[in-house]
Amino acid sequence: MSDLSLLEPTQTAPPRQFDYDRFFNSLGAWTLALLWALPLLYAIWTAFHPAAYEARFELFAPVTLENFSKAWSAAPFARYFLNTFMLVTIILIAQFVLGTLAAYAFARFEFPGSGFLFTLVLLQLLVMPDILIVENYKMIGTLGLMDTIVAIGLPYMASGFGIFLLRQTFKTIPKELDEAARVEGAGPLTVLWKVYVPLAIPTYLAYGLVSVSHHWNNFLWPLIITNSVETRPVTVGLSIFAAVDGGVEWSVINAATLMTSGPLLIAFLLFQRQFVQSFMRAGIK
Amino acid sequence: MTKRMQWIYGWLLLTPAMVMLFAFTHFPAITTIINSFFSTSRGRRPAKFVGLRNYEELISDPTFWKVLVNNLWYALATIPASIGISLLMAIWVNDKLKGRSLVRMSFFAPTVLPLIAVANIWMFFYTPGFGLIDQIRMGVFGLPENSWLGSQETVLICMMIVTIWKEAGFFMIFYLAALQAIPPSYKEAADIEGASRWAFFWKITFPLLMPTTLFVSINAVINSFRLVDHIFAMTGGGPDNASSLLLFYIYEVAFKYWQTSYAATLTVVMLAILSIIAIGQFFFMDRRVHYK
Repeated sequence: MSDLSLLEPTQTAPPRQFDYDRFFNSLGAWTLALLWALPLLYAIWTAFHPAAYEARFELFAPVTLENFSKAWSAAPFARYFLNTFMLVTIILIAQFVLGTLAAYAFARFEFPGSGFLFTLVLLQLLVMPDILIVENYKMIGTLGLMDTIVAIGLPYMASGFGIFLLRQTFKTIPKELDEAARVEGAGPLTVLWKVYVPLAIPTYLAYGLVSVSHHWNNFLWPLIITNSVETRPVTVGLSIFAAVDGGVEWSVINAATLMTSGPLLIAFLLFQRQFVQSFMRAGIK
Repeated sequence: MTKRMQWIYGWLLLTPAMVMLFAFTHFPAITTIINSFFSTSRGRRPAKFVGLRNYEELISDPTFWKVLVNNLWYALATIPASIGISLLMAIWVNDKLKGRSLVRMSFFAPTVLPLIAVANIWMFFYTPGFGLIDQIRMGVFGLPENSWLGSQETVLICMMIVTIWKEAGFFMIFYLAALQAIPPSYKEAADIEGASRWAFFWKITFPLLMPTTLFVSINAVINSFRLVDHIFAMTGGGPDNASSLLLFYIYEVAFKYWQTSYAATLTVVMLAILSIIAIGQFFFMDRRVHYK
């Protein structure tokens, strides 16, 4: 499933006369696509035009970046971005390291309790840390890590989804490669690093994209655990900024909204195919 | 490698991940259940065992029932709708279509945006008088302005629309992957037999997509209990809890009223619902060897 033909049409029947079926399907697809894009198009419209054009749609309305500069100076977004960047980086590194080691154990070692422990790992797919906010809050308090960036990441560092995904990938790697390396005297960790990790790079990429976008967008847990500008990620920062009653114009809020989702959106536009494929790869199996 | 070495390596490799998993998933899940039988400690007064009192409070709490019913309606409406739309999207995008990548981008874009951010955009759509929906209603149909998020009847529906919009593109990806795994020869054979597109879909495509549909529905169910970000930005659960969902209520009880024991009791209800889903998943899914 790595070939590029993945997203190409699977059927190429030659068109007969006028194809009503095709026509109405195209019409439907386009209408729905327009409907789906509407909120985003609208946000872009208001963000790039003066407040007077919030609800007036004129083709030659003056374009401005003022809303962005207003939003940028009204709240410490630079700091929020830095926090989010640190957060997703910490989580990603921890997930890769912990997930790789655990997946390797499940995929290639035989030890008592492995079946039971794997069930416990899978349990996290259902009972996510997202819903255990009350007890995890107490736990973070006990650890004395309240209002830190690490605390936002801690519950997500061991990811059942990540372990599962990597284990599946490692299992597809032929054992012969493993044994060949061992004959040459490589220890288990060297084999992991030299054989398994390089061959699983597409999975790491897919999982990395899913993880980054998920934690960039996460809101509830960071909201609970953070309490200062130095730790707040952009999602929480944005909600505080937008919640100031009445004081902020729509166009400025929309500019801030676009700003916070901007990096992800641009990354998505640039790597659209990889993004879609990553999500697919991460989802099936 | 000796058997003993296999054991030691296995356990050592697993330790870091398992410690973290236990600390932030299994242990809190267990303490949640334990704490639901205790009172909330306040200041000098420590928590003490109260038996089922929290559960009695739960049963007689009208807000709990309202929120639970909201969440069930919310799940019941958003899950089939987002799955149906996502399937339609996948079929369209999989087909030969002019501007296909643009269409696909439009469908998928909501997935990568933060829910809390897009909620701000949707807020504007729903603004009475000024918002886009009211502008169309007033301008084209001459109807009076309407407070969509301010009315008990419409507020939950408004939230549902945002959710469907956000999720359909995500589910589309899974259907797209599944559609591309269907051999083209099936379609060729059906064409030779003269089967209509409609018949082909119901007789061939839809049954073949069944495992994907189940996988997607489980995801949709979990998300319908897990994602409440848009409530924070749009309504704060109001008016009169009409748009509040279970997790949002847990948040309010725990971090607004600081009744952590009662919040734990509510979380137990959540865990029970998810367990029922897990058991359901186990029975439906075991045909397709998912975890092997």
